[in-house]
Amino acid sequence: MSHAAAVSLPARRRLRGPLLGGVKRAAAVVVVLLALVGCWELYHWIWTSTGWTWPFVVNDTSMPHIWTIFKAFGQPAQVNQPALITVLLHKTLFTAKEAVAGFAVGSVIGFGLGVLLVHSRLLQRGLLPYIVGSQTVPILAIAPMVVVWVNPKLPGPLQGWGAVAVIATYLTFFPVAINTLRGLQSADPRALELMRTYAASRWTVLWKLRVPASLPYVFSALRLAATASVVGAIIGELPTGLQDGLGGAIFNFNQYYSIEPQELWATNIIAALLGICFFVIVVLAEKAIVRRAPEHVA
Amino acid sequence: MTESKAPAVVRLERVGKTFPQGQVTALQDIDLELAPGEFVSLIGPSGCGKSTLLRVIGDLVEPSAGTISVNGKSAGRARKDGDYGVVFQDAVLFDWRTVAKNIALPLEMLGWERDRRRARVQEMLDLVELTGFGDHHPWQLSGGMQQRVAIARALAFQPALLLMDEPFGALDEMTRERLNLELLSIWEQTGNTVVFVTHSISEAVFLSTRVVVMSPRPGRIVDVIPIDLPTPRTVETRDSPRFFELVTRVRELLRSRGEHLLPEEEAALE
Repeated sequence: MSHAAAVSLPARRRLRGPLLGGVKRAAAVVVVLLALVGCWELYHWIWTSTGWTWPFVVNDTSMPHIWTIFKAFGQPAQVNQPALITVLLHKTLFTAKEAVAGFAVGSVIGFGLGVLLVHSRLLQRGLLPYIVGSQTVPILAIAPMVVVWVNPKLPGPLQGWGAVAVIATYLTFFPVAINTLRGLQSADPRALELMRTYAASRWTVLWKLRVPASLPYVFSALRLAATASVVGAIIGELPTGLQDGLGGAIFNFNQYYSIEPQELWATNIIAALLGICFFVIVVLAEKAIVRRAPEHVA
Repeated sequence: MTESKAPAVVRLERVGKTFPQGQVTALQDIDLELAPGEFVSLIGPSGCGKSTLLRVIGDLVEPSAGTISVNGKSAGRARKDGDYGVVFQDAVLFDWRTVAKNIALPLEMLGWERDRRRARVQEMLDLVELTGFGDHHPWQLSGGMQQRVAIARALAFQPALLLMDEPFGALDEMTRERLNLELLSIWEQTGNTVVFVTHSISEAVFLSTRVVVMSPRPGRIVDVIPIDLPTPRTVETRDSPRFFELVTRVRELLRSRGEHLLPEEEAALE
């Protein structure tokens, strides 16, 4: 009967999905990467061999070879220093610490704001414009104030990187707040009516219905927030003058770009990898936590 | 049935409902009494207020006139005491919960222990013939199976009253007739009082002990028809001459109000 048909289809998909899908996806990533490297080198070759100067002059300084960039990882950037990759990994850990703290605090604040706003139309009207407005102020304009106001008040071990984490928080809370609100509002009105027949309290409705319904929305915000927190941490390091993170390294290598461009490129690759790591962790967490009908999964 | 003696499960007196938007009179002067164990269908064309009447009984809609009592209490008190279970046209299952956890939802809210919940869920799965489907997620089930889960969920905490708002309206004819039989067997086992909203005449006659015929604008009761078909009802019940007579009677009552039936309501008579 229809029982067997209803069960076997998703079961089969579940078996085949991870095996074939995983291999295919990994292959796609490799192919795209190789294609990008190929395009870069092809462009470099065409422009240098024809001598074209539009839109910019191509040489080993403006577009270093991919192998030059990768070779740079193994060499010290400054005399008497360990290899660039060792230095960068230390800086990556530092920036990751700021980003994780910013991501965690920002997500909690964002989620809390969403929960608060869904329960009060008045607060929604009153607060939402300011929450949206907060994001129209460029982060570079906020950062110095955070450094001057917040940093001196932080306890010893938090000083410096704590202020950067606050800046990362500022970039993180917004998408989480907005999407949590939307997600909590996405609960099926008929399900809300069902909860009313159980005489469920607001609290029960929140935990048993609204929050589970909101999770796909919350996680798509967390994916945005994961990368935003890395960007926030890197940018936050610039006005704080911190030299311990990737932001400091980028600022530093910027000044030597015309002589040794490969070091900035190498740093950029590491920064991008950090952002991708954050993103992947959130995606994996979502896969483990969210159990929804196929049409509800983004 | 000795209606006069048994205390009423639902008592409606001169109940009216006017929606302020557009001055629509959804219900007017509704008097109705339901004895324990009755299966009462509300039937009428779209807009006759049958769903509103069900929602008024369930305290999901506030009446603008009249009084309602459920189990001798106000409708609001009865809702808070968990005196009724409800099944809507859509199953409204939580897709992040398994079938078993969906059925356990009202039990969790009543604070039942885990083992007690598990035992009851198993019982309910057996009752609606979904044994072994407890660990499935709703989207892995057919529409008819989902609706059976919704019935199991509504009956899990053993409410005296079951409110059903076109529960099989979205299903195909064959599934609907099978679920009609299953619902009757569940009803015979549990002894619930059932209020059943439908716009299928044959479904109403087949299931009910009484059929309440309603007409729209304003929504009111035209007549209440006792259904004296023998019980338990079987597949053959639909072929009996008495069944045909009763269906015709309900159809004529609906027609006499000058209301045209919807195409699917006509089809239900074939």
